[in-house]
Amino acid sequence: MSLINYASREINCKIVYYGPGLGGKTTNIKYVYKQIDADARGKLVSLATETDRTLFFDFLPLDLGQVQGFTTRFHLYTVPGQVHYDASRRLILKGADGIIFVADSQKERLQDNIDSFKNLRVNLKSQSIEPDSIPLVIQYNKMDLPNVMSAEALDEKINDKGYLSFESIAIEGVGVFDTLRAISKLVLKSISEGR
Amino acid sequence: MNKGGMVIPEEGFSEINEVLDNLLERSSSECAFLVDKSGQLISMRGDMDKVDSAAFASLSAGNFAATSELAKLIGEEEFSVLFHEGDTESIHISIVARNIIMVIVFRTDETSLGLVRLEMKKTIKELIKLFKDLNEKSKKEKGKKQFNDSFTKSLDDEIDNLFKDKG
Repeated sequence: MSLINYASREINCKIVYYGPGLGGKTTNIKYVYKQIDADARGKLVSLATETDRTLFFDFLPLDLGQVQGFTTRFHLYTVPGQVHYDASRRLILKGADGIIFVADSQKERLQDNIDSFKNLRVNLKSQSIEPDSIPLVIQYNKMDLPNVMSAEALDEKINDKGYLSFESIAIEGVGVFDTLRAISKLVLKSISEGR
Repeated sequence: MNKGGMVIPEEGFSEINEVLDNLLERSSSECAFLVDKSGQLISMRGDMDKVDSAAFASLSAGNFAATSELAKLIGEEEFSVLFHEGDTESIHISIVARNIIMVIVFRTDETSLGLVRLEMKKTIKELIKLFKDLNEKSKKEKGKKQFNDSFTKSLDDEIDNLFKDKG
């Protein structure tokens, strides 16, 4: 939930990385953490299992700095992608202002992507967030692998609503900031219009 | 933005901080946080320089949310109070309003759980009233265009600036 605090002159927004397990959500957030200057980001919190699978969430606050006296922050969260962690995913979506859906572009993961996208819409509704009005962008990840679908083919299967989509190789950082930049702008536009 | 976005107006906020300051003094606690259930920090009072407040708020909300789900599994709506006891520092979490939780950090050798709970209850009554007033003011702000075009453009530029040359 965005928080606009006129008393402390702060704007905080929540962006959630969603998608099937092992799709690269945590890889995205770790890359952002590595690349952003230390004074513009907070601590990276990861609630993960011993084998580095996300158990509850990853959290990274980013500081945009001051604009006209207001400090603006983005709080980035990932959800656990594994199917059986649905209760946790619902909790993380609470108050989300924008979603980055990270799809695994490998052919054999298509059904997982479709299922996860449907699950996202169901879980948004459970948090009283209208799926068709929340800012959302899609990232087609792992585009360096040999057995991937094309972005056009993925758009056809997953993106029938025509969301902005980006190809990525998150582990190398390709497309990570393009995606984050796009959702950040959509979220701020949405907030500034009072939606 | 979803319609639940919170707008905190300038007036009324200082009273909330004053209530938190009084709580800290009366209960001899170190620090008090107000956090919304999605993990956003609303206010923090007291001395917690060494703690990352954004991470603290996010984890507190996550903690509260996970415990509420546990409550539902055994037929409770939610647990209204959580308590984590450490050797020297302890944390007390309680629900203030539908979407807001209060987290109190205290040293176990400087105060007692009983005193913290007693003062917490008094404080919650005061906060509920203040947030009710704040909500009324906040409702008037919702749905309005919050910022002018030059502000939105400046934020856009800041995003480009933060992410420039980052691949």
